[in-house]
Amino acid sequence: MHVDGNAAAGLLTQVFARDMTGAHGTCGSCGHNGPLAEAVVYGEAAGTVFRCPTCDNVLMTLVEAPGRILARLAGLRWLAVPI
Amino acid sequence: MSVISQGFQGRGRRDDRLPPGQYETHDFPVLSAGPTPYISVDEWQFTIDTEDGARHTWSWQDLMALPKSTPHVDIHCVTRWSKFDTDWEGVSLDVLLEDVESAAEYALVSSYGGYTTNLPLEDLLDGKAWIAYAFDGRPLAPEHGGPARLLVPHLYFWKSAKWVRGIRLLDQDEPGFWETAGYHNYGDPWHEQRYWGD
Ligand SMILES: [Zn+2]
Repeated sequence: MHVDGNAAAGLLTQVFARDMTGAHGTCGSCGHNGPLAEAVVYGEAAGTVFRCPTCDNVLMTLVEAPGRILARLAGLRWLAVPI
Repeated sequence: MSVISQGFQGRGRRDDRLPPGQYETHDFPVLSAGPTPYISVDEWQFTIDTEDGARHTWSWQDLMALPKSTPHVDIHCVTRWSKFDTDWEGVSLDVLLEDVESAAEYALVSSYGGYTTNLPLEDLLDGKAWIAYAFDGRPLAPEHGGPARLLVPHLYFWKSAKWVRGIRLLDQDEPGFWETAGYHNYGDPWHEQRYWGD
């Protein structure tokens, strides 16, 4: 089961301390650029997995550990955050 | 108190079988980090690559021709559910590794769909791990990792890679998907090795 990036808005706000659904990311694999809100999100796994809507590449994972959230951003080439 | 008791054969009291921080469930929750790959047994292949570059390959027919085991085990997911008395059918990694020459210490398991997970090679040996293709007497459903998944019940269940496709034997440890994302490199449920630093 997957949802889209909007469903992870609360978790993203915890990590980045701002609303991130309008942020745009560029896939490190295929170069697709789009809003995080349109990422394909698997939230029922051991962590939350954001995948590229075009090529399925893992853009980002968020793991909620006690006292901290571990964010791996290795699949993103760029992240553009509106101010 | 015995904290290293593994509850493998499921003979102990319930409390002895539940690792710290876990609860018992009778469901079989499906956790997925990505889309479910649908692999037919005709195209399915399993490979073991050694540190010297030698490749061993099994087709589905090859796998079915090997001696089968029927592990009856408790499984423990890092998301805190444990399920007791699960029944599987599969081929022991001891059988698959029997004719594989290797002095490697580590294994990196990979799946159809791109998932990976790592563990020491010795955790795949001595009756502790299987390539499982049936659950509860029925072919393993795709959402549970069919046609075949790794089954390593003494470690948290993310190590039991669904849709298993191959194992690379390595001289150097190489962390897999969740292990590079914040989860523990080894993942022993009896020592609650959930996250980095546990
Ligand atoms: Zn992409």
